[in-house]
Amino acid sequence: MSLTVYLPCDAASLAVGADQVAAKLMQCAREHAIDLDLIRNGSYGLLWLEPLLEIQTNAGRIAFGPVQADDIESLYQSGVFKTKGSPLQNISSTDLITDIAAIHPLCLGFTHNIPYLQKQQRMTFSRVGLIRPHVLDDYISHQGFKGLSRALSMPPEQIVQTILDSGLRGRGGAAFATGIKWKTALNASASQKYIVCNADEGDSGTFSDRMIMENDPFALIEGMIIAGLTIGATQGYLYVRSEYPQAFKSMEKAIDLAEKAGYLGSSIMGHGYAFRIKLRKAAGSYVCGEETALLESLEGKRGMVRAKPPLPAIKGLFGQPTVVNNVITLVCVPEILSKGALAYQRLGMDQSRGTLPFQLAGNIKRGGLIEVPFGITLRELVFDFGGGTASGRAVKAIQVGGPLGTYIPQEHWNLAMTYENYLAIGATLGHGGIVVHDDTVDMSELARYAMEFCALESCGKCTPCRIGSTRGMEVIDQIRTNRDTDNQTELLRDLCETMKDGSLCAMGSMTPNPVLSALNFYPSDFGQRDA
Amino acid sequence: MMKNAADPLHKILSAYDPRQENLLPILHAVQDALGYIPPDSVQVIAHALSISHAEVHGVVTFYHHFRTHPTARHHLQVCRAEACRSMGAENLYEHAVRLCGNQANPTGSVTVQATYCLGLCATSPAVLLDDTPYGRVTPDALDTILDQVRGEK
Repeated sequence: MSLTVYLPCDAASLAVGADQVAAKLMQCAREHAIDLDLIRNGSYGLLWLEPLLEIQTNAGRIAFGPVQADDIESLYQSGVFKTKGSPLQNISSTDLITDIAAIHPLCLGFTHNIPYLQKQQRMTFSRVGLIRPHVLDDYISHQGFKGLSRALSMPPEQIVQTILDSGLRGRGGAAFATGIKWKTALNASASQKYIVCNADEGDSGTFSDRMIMENDPFALIEGMIIAGLTIGATQGYLYVRSEYPQAFKSMEKAIDLAEKAGYLGSSIMGHGYAFRIKLRKAAGSYVCGEETALLESLEGKRGMVRAKPPLPAIKGLFGQPTVVNNVITLVCVPEILSKGALAYQRLGMDQSRGTLPFQLAGNIKRGGLIEVPFGITLRELVFDFGGGTASGRAVKAIQVGGPLGTYIPQEHWNLAMTYENYLAIGATLGHGGIVVHDDTVDMSELARYAMEFCALESCGKCTPCRIGSTRGMEVIDQIRTNRDTDNQTELLRDLCETMKDGSLCAMGSMTPNPVLSALNFYPSDFGQRDA
Repeated sequence: MMKNAADPLHKILSAYDPRQENLLPILHAVQDALGYIPPDSVQVIAHALSISHAEVHGVVTFYHHFRTHPTARHHLQVCRAEACRSMGAENLYEHAVRLCGNQANPTGSVTVQATYCLGLCATSPAVLLDDTPYGRVTPDALDTILDQVRGEK
């Protein structure tokens, strides 16, 4: 009997040495004549434990992490690589973690019992970690293409109604009702329509799109096919960041496999409906994550934001009706169709239905992907899941929703996280990214950085964004060097107001979020008395 | 230069339909083959796609990814966005520039470039050396990473 070992192959695991661990493991197997079957799975997103090595036992997978190449020898010595008489055979679900650690200090017990994972409610990430990303049989045996099979038997209007009933809203950040967008594109008449998947995940602190593309790529393909089938689009475009070389290669491979297996092409699953996906590499522009700038970029132009209306659903790519959806939005779709709208809709709160894959990042002890229903609090995420800062110091600032998101003041850390609640306090959930800073951070520096980032990434179309961002840097520099602080602070507020009101897209209109929240909640970092 | 660049450029152009929507894929292919977008390739690309020189120039200069001058053989992208900042990315970036020079003025076989998010935000600070990702990178770890490529000409 061979020993089955799992080791992830996504970018985050590779970044912390998964390939080196794999090489050492194979060397160990050769030296000790172990009949070893090494499976490169996806990462569960327990990123502080990566590289996370799992050993298959009759009762389930046993996890070890974070494993470095140097740990392979001691793992071997502990006997866990034995197929007969391994101490892992005796582990039961009720064992205390201290007993488990006696087997080997890195042993974490059954993977599915790790509290970080156990406490989640995974819908969109249900397969991630369990399957080999590029094995179609793995995908199919874990509910893959069930949503598509269902969709193929439904009229488009019924699919749209199902998505409407589920309450799904765009997960890219804008949170627009997906069903309404689809309905608009369905009702638009045109000889050619398009599905565009926005995989230009540029927000710092976010990586859920990357994780899907690297760890469960067929789910995205399935979502895109269903979207195409629904609105009557035969061509899809997938726009992936150039900063994501692993994700790009993963999608390239998955699209190729899906074509060969008849899931993409002239007749989807033999039903006579055509759908194809063109994979496009972005080129390092943050603003191209804005849907109209993305469309310009796909057309081979500078990523300049377009004025809306017309909405892309009516006049989008090449002037044709186009649905632009984020990766996570599209991956929710097969799940909703296979399990039913109600199964999704019953999760969450208010008008924020279903789950959100939060991403816990920055100075955090246990960073990773946490998919839970809307309604969890920031305190639960950062402290219960995350364990506070990695540095062990006090948490000073938490930014939610990417670089255009607000620093959430402590008084709101217990607020149920929904689109509505966050909107009410002038914040945004965005794409679900959470970045934690400890008490060594200078918030005026982060405010300056927000302006600097806007200056770097502004497409230049709107003056308040293009020039205001540079002016903002200058004003914050004045404040930081104690020059004319009161007047400069007033000027900064005024400038933020202008940017907010006078910019077409979120780049200019939301850059004031981090700037003003830093100024309002951390006044002493700007040379002012605490409020 | 043109003589060297002409062959791969025409080969690349012949692989794509001559439509503007293929401009970014073409520019990617040119940069992958030549290391940058040579200024005199802009006119050739524009002509092939039946668009203006200004239009191609505008696209090349809009996107951070495209380079208009030759650079060192290896590219080190150091993330300077929030999640990496919270774990010391600014020190790491300065360290990288001290070792390799800045983007405009590389001193050896590695060009350093600031980038804004590699999606490795829970294992920060992060860098990408060519296409290889590294997380939890300390300045010492960066020395080791760069040792693999710094000796090369």
